[in-house]
Amino acid sequence: MKNLSINTKKAFLNYGIVIVFYIIFQSLSAGGALSNSLKGQLIPIVVYMIMAVSLNLVVGISGELSLGHAGLMSVGAFSGVVAASCLSDVVPSPGLRLFLSILIGAIFAGIIGFLIGIPVLRLNGDYLAIVTLAFGEIIKNLLNCIYIGVDEKGLHFSGKDEASLGLAPGGYSIVKGPMGATGINKLSTFTAAIILLIVVLVIVQNLVNSRTGRAIMAIRDNRIAAESCGLSVTKYKLTAFVISAAMAGAAGVVYGLNFSTIVPKKFDFNTSILILVFVVLGGIGNLTGSLIAAGLLTVLPELLRQFRDYRMLVYAIVLIVVMIATNNEKLKVAVAVAIDKIKGKKTGKEGEANE
Amino acid sequence: MSKQEVKLVNVPSPNFIPERDLGKPLVLETNHLGIDFGGLRAVDEFNIALGATEIAGLIGPNGAGKTTIFNMLTKVYQPTRGTIMLNGRDTHNMTPAQISQAGIARTFQNIRLFDKLTVEENVKIGLHNHINYGLPSGMFRLPKYWREEKRSHEAALKLLDIFGMADLAGKEAGSLPYGAQRRLEIVRALATQPQLLLLDEPAAGMNPSETEELMNNIRKIRDDFQIAIMLIEHDMKLVMGICESIAVLNFGRIIAKGTPSEIQNNPQVIEAYLGTNKERG
Repeated sequence: MKNLSINTKKAFLNYGIVIVFYIIFQSLSAGGALSNSLKGQLIPIVVYMIMAVSLNLVVGISGELSLGHAGLMSVGAFSGVVAASCLSDVVPSPGLRLFLSILIGAIFAGIIGFLIGIPVLRLNGDYLAIVTLAFGEIIKNLLNCIYIGVDEKGLHFSGKDEASLGLAPGGYSIVKGPMGATGINKLSTFTAAIILLIVVLVIVQNLVNSRTGRAIMAIRDNRIAAESCGLSVTKYKLTAFVISAAMAGAAGVVYGLNFSTIVPKKFDFNTSILILVFVVLGGIGNLTGSLIAAGLLTVLPELLRQFRDYRMLVYAIVLIVVMIATNNEKLKVAVAVAIDKIKGKKTGKEGEANE
Repeated sequence: MSKQEVKLVNVPSPNFIPERDLGKPLVLETNHLGIDFGGLRAVDEFNIALGATEIAGLIGPNGAGKTTIFNMLTKVYQPTRGTIMLNGRDTHNMTPAQISQAGIARTFQNIRLFDKLTVEENVKIGLHNHINYGLPSGMFRLPKYWREEKRSHEAALKLLDIFGMADLAGKEAGSLPYGAQRRLEIVRALATQPQLLLLDEPAAGMNPSETEELMNNIRKIRDDFQIAIMLIEHDMKLVMGICESIAVLNFGRIIAKGTPSEIQNNPQVIEAYLGTNKERG
């Protein structure tokens, strides 16, 4: 039971971090203390936190390297945007519309994740990484040539151009191939994004301490032993992948509904790698690390604006330094000793006080 | 050791089982079982029958194919030839997971625990198919989750208690000493509620007193759970002490089967594996 309480402590630390983060930035932006550029970054920061938590489920907990996460995010983003457009007349409340769009985006991304997962999860290691990368690119290119419009008869799809949608007068196109989705009604709010982040954290953290989560980790640690305990490898790998895909989709919806325009090109290989960097830098399997890394690295390019042309160069150097520092045994020991000292002083003082 | 040798009786094949298991169905029966790796005939004509509560031994020199047989029985390898009947059911085309659900559990020669998980979690993974709640209950901690987790927690501690390991429940499995890891593997295998337990060198790396304790525990497990146990072991004291029937393997073929005393006095076995007293010094 002692172990359970450690896990629960870790879980509550993460909820605490998110809530403190929310209170600070919500009050800062209400007080007008935030610059416009940083204010605009708030929702993307939370979205990337969700993406990092979601990818951590696949990379850290299930132990499979996936490089196509941005593709799943884009499935969510575009289906969510289309859903929000269609629902604009039916559901007047923007909050409810956002909620339904997130749900639809998550379901679509989950379905695509399931379809990709069936062939992909037969592979291991490097091969799996390469094939997920390929699927990510396939999704991007498919979205690049899809046209979706809506009129009173319902949704129209085309793979050719806008004209071939054959929209009735009064209808309008939502997704225009490489030009992406335009004229989006910005539904996303910082609060909604934070709520989604907490829901995602609850799901992932509960999952880890449940029957399914244990099975997923057992397969990661020792596949043959897991099979000998009667666990179906494909079933649990697929479960982790689909849940992760649905979360990425939900994050995508919040991301898509935060801008007036989104293009498929945004969700390319670089975005997948960026999310993987958050996970790796925060520590694989470490959700707290993922949250912090996603937050800091999303604002970092903004903070480095003063370096002008050398901005991305400095960004790369920062990444390398952090990587080296977090993997340095001596540094780890030094930090551990320092923490022990601080704790020791505290308990020492308490001891004196008791006397 | 004062031990009464069990009388072995023939079943309607060239195999035999302990007399007390005669009325019950055979837990395992293999016919003409064999496997090839490329051109190498690793195991051939492996025929064995196990009674419902039999403790059987599988011995032989290194490379004789003992672990390969365990891997075939649990479908880590698919056999090239022959049949494996488990409780009268043909296991043809089953996956390792299905074999576990059908009633065979095993331990491994090179320990395969879930190192980063706790001792209790390792046992709970063994209990996996006997914990009844689904994904939604787990994700949102519905009442069923709490009920079933409490029940499986108690079940896990009870199983760990067989080896007096209940106090280690919260420890990381990889941090346990070697002997405890071996014992944990047996507990995890028992948690799947098998009818047949396969132990691959359970006494490897144990000292004489630990081995003695293990022997008592293996017997206790058989008596308490009423299951069949087959073990691979090089420690002849353990094999001769607890096994009711022994099969000796050499170059992938059975060269002798019988009671411990029959095996000990079989000239072929002495030649291939046991050696004479003189050689042993």
